Amino acid sequence: MNTKERFLSGFKKGIPVAIAYLAVSFTFGLAARRSDFPLWFGALISATNLTSAGQFTGIELLRLGAGYLELTLAVLVINLRYALMSFSLSQQVKIRIRPATRFAMSLFLTDEVFALANEKGSAVTPAYYFGLATLPYLGWQIGTIVGYLSGGLFPTRVIAAAGIAIYCMYIAIFLPPMKKHKGIALAVLAGAVISCGLYYIPGLNKIPMGFRVILAAVAATLAAAALFPKKDTAEQNDETTDREAEQ
Amino acid sequence: MNLTYLLISAALMFVATLVPRVLPFVFIKRKVTSPFLKSFLYYLPYAVLASLTFPYVLYATGSLPAAAIATAAALLMSFFELNMASVAAISFLIAFGLGYLF
Repeated sequence: MNTKERFLSGFKKGIPVAIAYLAVSFTFGLAARRSDFPLWFGALISATNLTSAGQFTGIELLRLGAGYLELTLAVLVINLRYALMSFSLSQQVKIRIRPATRFAMSLFLTDEVFALANEKGSAVTPAYYFGLATLPYLGWQIGTIVGYLSGGLFPTRVIAAAGIAIYCMYIAIFLPPMKKHKGIALAVLAGAVISCGLYYIPGLNKIPMGFRVILAAVAATLAAAALFPKKDTAEQNDETTDREAEQ
Repeated sequence: MNLTYLLISAALMFVATLVPRVLPFVFIKRKVTSPFLKSFLYYLPYAVLASLTFPYVLYATGSLPAAAIATAAALLMSFFELNMASVAAISFLIAFGLGYLF
Protein backbone atom coordinates (compact mmCIF):
# COMPACT_ATOMS: atom_id res chain seq x y z
CA MET A 1 0.00 0.00 0.00
CA ASN A 2 1.22 3.47 -0.80
CA THR A 3 0.67 6.52 1.40
CA LYS A 4 -2.55 7.60 -0.29
CA GLU A 5 -4.07 4.11 -0.05
CA ARG A 6 -3.12 3.91 3.60
CA PHE A 7 -4.72 7.29 4.29
CA LEU A 8 -7.92 6.27 2.50
CA SER A 9 -8.01 2.92 4.29
CA GLY A 10 -7.84 4.74 7.63
CA PHE A 11 -10.29 7.38 6.43
CA LYS A 12 -12.97 4.71 5.81
CA LYS A 13 -12.37 3.14 9.21
CA GLY A 14 -13.01 6.55 10.73
CA ILE A 15 -16.53 6.96 9.33
CA PRO A 16 -18.48 5.02 12.01
CA VAL A 17 -16.32 6.56 14.73
CA ALA A 18 -17.09 10.05 13.39
CA ILE A 19 -20.84 9.36 13.45
CA ALA A 20 -20.68 8.19 17.03
CA TYR A 21 -18.51 11.21 17.94
CA LEU A 22 -21.13 13.52 16.42
CA ALA A 23 -23.67 12.19 18.91
CA VAL A 24 -21.37 12.40 21.91
CA SER A 25 -19.93 15.85 21.14
CA PHE A 26 -23.48 17.00 20.51
CA THR A 27 -24.26 16.23 24.15
CA PHE A 28 -21.08 18.09 25.13
CA GLY A 29 -22.24 21.16 23.18
CA LEU A 30 -25.59 20.97 24.96
CA ALA A 31 -23.87 20.71 28.34
CA ALA A 32 -21.66 23.74 27.57
CA ARG A 33 -24.71 25.80 26.70
CA ARG A 34 -26.68 24.65 29.74
CA SER A 35 -23.80 25.85 31.95
CA ASP A 36 -23.78 29.26 30.18
CA PHE A 37 -20.35 28.97 28.63
CA PRO A 38 -19.88 30.99 25.43
CA LEU A 39 -19.95 29.03 22.17
CA TRP A 40 -16.31 29.81 21.40
CA PHE A 41 -15.28 28.23 24.71
CA GLY A 42 -17.08 24.94 24.05
CA ALA A 43 -15.65 24.83 20.53
CA LEU A 44 -12.14 25.67 21.79
CA ILE A 45 -12.26 22.92 24.42
CA SER A 46 -13.41 20.34 21.85
CA ALA A 47 -10.77 21.46 19.34
CA THR A 48 -7.91 21.22 21.86
CA ASN A 49 -9.02 18.27 24.04
CA LEU A 50 -10.81 15.75 21.79
CA THR A 51 -11.90 13.57 24.69
CA SER A 52 -15.24 12.95 26.34
CA ALA A 53 -14.70 12.21 30.03
CA GLY A 54 -12.04 14.92 30.48
CA GLN A 55 -14.10 17.60 28.75
CA PHE A 56 -17.33 16.86 30.60
CA THR A 57 -15.52 16.84 33.94
CA GLY A 58 -13.60 20.01 33.06
CA ILE A 59 -16.62 22.15 32.27
CA GLU A 60 -18.52 20.78 35.26
CA LEU A 61 -15.65 21.85 37.54
CA LEU A 62 -15.47 25.26 35.85
CA ARG A 63 -19.21 25.72 36.28
CA LEU A 64 -18.64 25.21 40.01
CA GLY A 65 -15.81 27.76 39.89
CA ALA A 66 -13.00 25.28 40.62
CA GLY A 67 -9.43 26.47 41.14
CA TYR A 68 -6.76 25.98 38.49
CA LEU A 69 -4.95 23.24 40.41
CA GLU A 70 -8.09 21.19 41.02
CA LEU A 71 -9.10 21.52 37.38
CA THR A 72 -5.68 20.51 36.08
CA LEU A 73 -5.29 17.51 38.41
CA ALA A 74 -8.81 16.19 37.76
CA VAL A 75 -8.42 16.40 33.97
CA LEU A 76 -4.91 14.92 34.17
CA VAL A 77 -6.06 11.91 36.21
CA ILE A 78 -8.99 11.21 33.90
CA ASN A 79 -6.66 11.37 30.91
CA LEU A 80 -3.92 9.19 32.40
CA ARG A 81 -5.18 6.22 30.39
CA TYR A 82 -3.87 8.01 27.31
CA ALA A 83 -0.34 7.69 28.68
CA LEU A 84 -0.74 3.91 28.58
CA MET A 85 -2.13 4.06 25.04
CA SER A 86 0.60 6.47 23.96
CA PHE A 87 3.20 4.06 25.33
CA SER A 88 1.54 1.16 23.53
CA LEU A 89 1.52 3.18 20.31
CA SER A 90 5.27 3.80 20.66
CA GLN A 91 5.70 0.01 20.48
CA GLN A 92 3.57 -0.40 17.38
CA VAL A 93 5.47 1.82 14.97
CA LYS A 94 8.23 0.25 12.98
CA ILE A 95 9.23 2.91 10.52
CA ARG A 96 11.20 5.90 11.68
CA ILE A 97 8.81 8.72 12.44
CA ARG A 98 10.01 12.27 13.08
CA PRO A 99 9.31 13.71 16.56
CA ALA A 100 7.12 16.44 15.03
CA THR A 101 4.99 13.79 13.31
CA ARG A 102 4.80 11.76 16.51
CA PHE A 103 3.70 14.89 18.34
CA ALA A 104 0.97 15.57 15.76
CA MET A 105 -0.18 11.94 15.87
CA SER A 106 -0.43 12.03 19.66
CA LEU A 107 -2.84 14.97 19.55
CA PHE A 108 -5.45 12.76 17.87
CA LEU A 109 -5.09 9.83 20.27
CA THR A 110 -8.50 8.76 21.58
CA ASP A 111 -9.86 5.45 22.86
CA GLU A 112 -11.38 4.62 19.49
CA VAL A 113 -8.48 5.81 17.33
CA PHE A 114 -6.17 3.78 19.52
CA ALA A 115 -8.35 0.68 19.25
CA LEU A 116 -8.42 0.94 15.45
CA ALA A 117 -4.84 2.16 14.93
CA ASN A 118 -3.46 -1.35 14.77
CA GLU A 119 -6.28 -3.47 13.53
CA LYS A 120 -4.50 -6.10 11.51
CA GLY A 121 -1.48 -6.52 13.71
CA SER A 122 0.76 -4.60 11.34
CA ALA A 123 2.77 -1.49 12.15
CA VAL A 124 0.93 1.76 12.73
CA THR A 125 1.72 4.16 9.91
CA PRO A 126 1.23 7.95 10.06
CA ALA A 127 -0.78 7.94 6.79
CA TYR A 128 -3.29 5.36 8.03
CA TYR A 129 -3.42 6.98 11.44
CA PHE A 130 -4.10 10.51 10.16
CA GLY A 131 -6.69 9.11 7.74
CA LEU A 132 -8.35 7.34 10.65
CA ALA A 133 -8.37 10.47 12.84
CA THR A 134 -9.60 13.02 10.27
CA LEU A 135 -13.36 12.41 10.23
CA PRO A 136 -13.70 11.69 13.97
CA TYR A 137 -11.91 15.00 14.71
CA LEU A 138 -14.20 16.92 12.35
CA GLY A 139 -17.24 15.10 13.73
CA TRP A 140 -16.23 16.05 17.25
CA GLN A 141 -16.01 19.76 16.33
CA ILE A 142 -19.20 19.84 14.27
CA GLY A 143 -21.18 17.94 16.90
CA THR A 144 -20.06 20.33 19.64
CA ILE A 145 -21.07 23.44 17.69
CA VAL A 146 -24.38 22.01 16.42
CA GLY A 147 -25.22 20.69 19.90
CA TYR A 148 -24.56 24.11 21.40
CA LEU A 149 -26.53 26.01 18.77
CA SER A 150 -29.50 23.65 18.79
CA GLY A 151 -29.67 24.06 22.58
CA GLY A 152 -33.32 24.09 23.53
CA LEU A 153 -34.61 22.52 20.30
CA PHE A 154 -34.38 18.95 21.56
CA PRO A 155 -36.49 17.51 24.36
CA THR A 156 -34.51 16.44 27.42
CA ARG A 157 -35.49 12.80 26.77
CA VAL A 158 -33.58 12.81 23.49
CA ILE A 159 -30.58 14.44 25.11
CA ALA A 160 -30.60 11.97 28.02
CA ALA A 161 -30.86 8.91 25.75
CA ALA A 162 -27.97 10.21 23.62
CA GLY A 163 -25.68 9.69 26.61
CA ILE A 164 -25.56 5.96 25.85
CA ALA A 165 -23.97 6.40 22.41
CA ILE A 166 -20.32 6.52 23.47
CA TYR A 167 -20.61 3.38 25.60
CA CYS A 168 -22.18 1.48 22.70
CA MET A 169 -19.12 2.43 20.65
CA TYR A 170 -16.87 0.96 23.32
CA ILE A 171 -18.96 -2.25 23.35
CA ALA A 172 -18.84 -2.52 19.55
CA ILE A 173 -15.02 -2.33 19.74
CA PHE A 174 -14.26 -4.74 22.58
CA LEU A 175 -16.93 -7.41 22.13
CA PRO A 176 -16.31 -8.94 18.65
CA PRO A 177 -12.63 -9.91 19.31
CA MET A 178 -13.64 -11.58 22.60
CA LYS A 179 -15.12 -14.44 20.57
CA LYS A 180 -11.76 -15.42 19.12
CA HIS A 181 -9.26 -14.46 21.82
CA LYS A 182 -9.56 -15.86 25.34
CA GLY A 183 -7.06 -13.27 26.58
CA ILE A 184 -9.17 -10.39 25.27
CA ALA A 185 -12.30 -12.00 26.73
CA LEU A 186 -10.61 -12.21 30.12
CA ALA A 187 -9.26 -8.64 29.91
CA VAL A 188 -12.75 -7.31 29.14
CA LEU A 189 -14.65 -9.41 31.70
CA ALA A 190 -12.14 -8.76 34.48
CA GLY A 191 -12.04 -5.04 33.62
CA ALA A 192 -15.82 -4.81 33.81
CA VAL A 193 -16.08 -6.80 37.06
CA ILE A 194 -13.28 -4.91 38.85
CA SER A 195 -14.59 -1.56 37.63
CA CYS A 196 -18.04 -2.43 39.02
CA GLY A 197 -16.45 -3.57 42.28
CA LEU A 198 -14.62 -0.25 42.67
CA TYR A 199 -17.84 1.57 41.92
CA TYR A 200 -20.22 -0.34 44.19
CA ILE A 201 -18.10 -1.38 47.18
CA PRO A 202 -18.53 1.29 49.87
CA GLY A 203 -15.35 3.24 50.54
CA LEU A 204 -13.68 2.28 47.26
CA ASN A 205 -16.03 4.56 45.35
CA LYS A 206 -14.36 7.51 47.08
CA ILE A 207 -11.48 6.98 44.67
CA PRO A 208 -11.86 9.51 41.81
CA MET A 209 -13.34 8.00 38.66
CA GLY A 210 -10.16 8.40 36.60
CA PHE A 211 -8.16 6.38 39.13
CA ARG A 212 -10.84 3.69 39.39
CA VAL A 213 -10.73 3.13 35.63
CA ILE A 214 -6.92 2.92 35.63
CA LEU A 215 -6.90 0.46 38.57
CA ALA A 216 -9.52 -1.79 37.00
CA ALA A 217 -7.90 -1.75 33.55
CA VAL A 218 -4.37 -2.42 34.82
CA ALA A 219 -5.46 -5.25 37.16
CA ALA A 220 -7.52 -6.90 34.40
CA THR A 221 -4.70 -6.54 31.86
CA LEU A 222 -2.16 -8.05 34.28
CA ALA A 223 -4.43 -11.07 34.72
CA ALA A 224 -4.91 -11.51 30.97
CA ALA A 225 -1.19 -11.07 30.21
CA ALA A 226 -0.22 -13.58 32.93
CA LEU A 227 -2.73 -16.26 31.91
CA PHE A 228 -2.68 -15.78 28.12
CA PRO A 229 0.75 -14.51 27.03
CA LYS A 230 0.72 -13.51 23.38
CA LYS A 231 4.29 -14.48 22.55
CA ASP A 232 3.71 -16.23 19.22
CA THR A 233 1.36 -13.63 17.81
CA ALA A 234 3.68 -10.86 18.90
CA GLU A 235 6.52 -12.45 16.91
CA GLN A 236 4.29 -12.78 13.86
CA ASN A 237 3.37 -9.14 14.27
CA ASP A 238 7.03 -8.23 14.19
CA GLU A 239 7.51 -10.06 10.90
CA THR A 240 4.51 -8.28 9.43
CA THR A 241 5.78 -4.94 10.61
CA ASP A 242 9.23 -5.64 9.19
CA ARG A 243 7.71 -6.22 5.79
CA GLU A 244 5.63 -3.08 6.13
CA ALA A 245 8.71 -1.10 7.01
CA GLU A 246 10.58 -2.30 3.95
CA GLN A 247 7.91 -1.14 1.57
CA MET B 1 -17.05 33.62 34.49
CA ASN B 2 -14.61 36.18 33.20
CA LEU B 3 -12.53 35.92 30.07
CA THR B 4 -9.20 35.43 31.87
CA TYR B 5 -10.57 32.50 33.90
CA LEU B 6 -11.90 30.81 30.77
CA LEU B 7 -8.71 31.32 28.77
CA ILE B 8 -6.38 30.10 31.53
CA SER B 9 -8.68 27.13 32.21
CA ALA B 10 -8.79 26.22 28.51
CA ALA B 11 -4.97 26.33 28.39
CA LEU B 12 -4.69 24.14 31.51
CA MET B 13 -7.18 21.59 30.18
CA PHE B 14 -5.25 21.47 26.91
CA VAL B 15 -1.97 20.80 28.71
CA ALA B 16 -3.54 18.22 31.07
CA THR B 17 -4.87 16.35 28.04
CA LEU B 18 -1.77 16.78 25.92
CA VAL B 19 0.91 15.64 28.37
CA PRO B 20 -0.25 12.04 28.90
CA ARG B 21 -0.99 11.67 25.19
CA VAL B 22 2.24 13.06 23.83
CA LEU B 23 5.12 12.27 26.19
CA PRO B 24 5.30 8.45 25.95
CA PHE B 25 4.87 8.31 22.18
CA VAL B 26 7.38 11.07 21.43
CA PHE B 27 10.08 9.99 23.85
CA ILE B 28 9.94 6.18 24.05
CA LYS B 29 11.90 4.87 21.07
CA ARG B 30 13.09 1.51 22.37
CA LYS B 31 11.20 -1.65 21.59
CA VAL B 32 9.92 -3.75 24.42
CA THR B 33 11.11 -7.34 24.08
CA SER B 34 9.48 -8.91 27.14
CA PRO B 35 6.60 -11.20 26.05
CA PHE B 36 4.74 -10.27 29.21
CA LEU B 37 4.93 -6.55 28.51
CA LYS B 38 3.94 -7.14 24.90
CA SER B 39 0.90 -9.07 26.08
CA PHE B 40 0.12 -6.35 28.58
CA LEU B 41 0.14 -3.67 25.89
CA TYR B 42 -1.91 -5.89 23.59
CA TYR B 43 -4.70 -6.44 26.12
CA LEU B 44 -4.72 -3.00 27.74
CA PRO B 45 -7.02 -1.09 25.36
CA TYR B 46 -9.75 -3.73 25.68
CA ALA B 47 -9.58 -3.63 29.48
CA VAL B 48 -9.66 0.21 29.44
CA LEU B 49 -12.79 0.27 27.28
CA ALA B 50 -14.51 -2.34 29.46
CA SER B 51 -13.62 -0.42 32.64
CA LEU B 52 -14.91 2.82 31.13
CA THR B 53 -18.16 1.13 30.10
CA PHE B 54 -19.14 -0.78 33.22
CA PRO B 55 -20.96 0.22 35.33
CA TYR B 56 -21.12 3.78 33.93
CA VAL B 57 -23.25 2.82 30.90
CA LEU B 58 -26.11 1.98 33.28
CA TYR B 59 -26.27 5.60 34.45
CA ALA B 60 -25.76 7.22 31.05
CA THR B 61 -29.39 7.97 30.22
CA GLY B 62 -30.99 8.82 33.56
CA SER B 63 -33.14 5.66 33.48
CA LEU B 64 -31.47 2.54 34.83
CA PRO B 65 -33.84 -0.06 33.28
CA ALA B 66 -33.86 1.70 29.90
CA ALA B 67 -30.06 1.92 29.89
CA ALA B 68 -29.71 -1.71 30.99
CA ILE B 69 -31.94 -2.99 28.18
CA ALA B 70 -30.22 -0.74 25.61
CA THR B 71 -26.85 -2.06 26.86
CA ALA B 72 -28.02 -5.66 26.51
CA ALA B 73 -29.10 -4.85 22.95
CA ALA B 74 -25.71 -3.28 22.22
CA LEU B 75 -23.94 -6.38 23.56
CA LEU B 76 -26.10 -8.64 21.40
CA MET B 77 -25.64 -6.54 18.23
CA SER B 78 -21.89 -6.35 18.83
CA PHE B 79 -21.74 -10.12 19.32
CA PHE B 80 -23.17 -10.46 15.82
CA GLU B 81 -20.66 -7.85 14.65
CA LEU B 82 -23.03 -5.15 13.51
CA ASN B 83 -21.07 -1.98 12.72
CA MET B 84 -20.33 0.56 15.44
CA ALA B 85 -22.60 3.35 14.18
CA SER B 86 -25.64 1.04 13.89
CA VAL B 87 -25.04 -0.37 17.36
CA ALA B 88 -24.90 3.17 18.80
CA ALA B 89 -27.94 4.40 16.84
CA ILE B 90 -30.20 1.42 17.61
CA SER B 91 -29.24 1.42 21.29
CA PHE B 92 -29.95 5.15 21.41
CA LEU B 93 -33.43 4.57 19.94
CA ILE B 94 -34.12 1.76 22.43
CA ALA B 95 -32.96 3.91 25.36
CA PHE B 96 -35.07 6.81 24.07
CA GLY B 97 -38.21 4.69 23.55
CA LEU B 98 -37.92 2.89 26.89
CA GLY B 99 -37.33 6.24 28.59
CA TYR B 100 -41.07 6.78 28.24
CA LEU B 101 -41.84 3.49 30.02
CA PHE B 102 -39.39 3.59 32.92
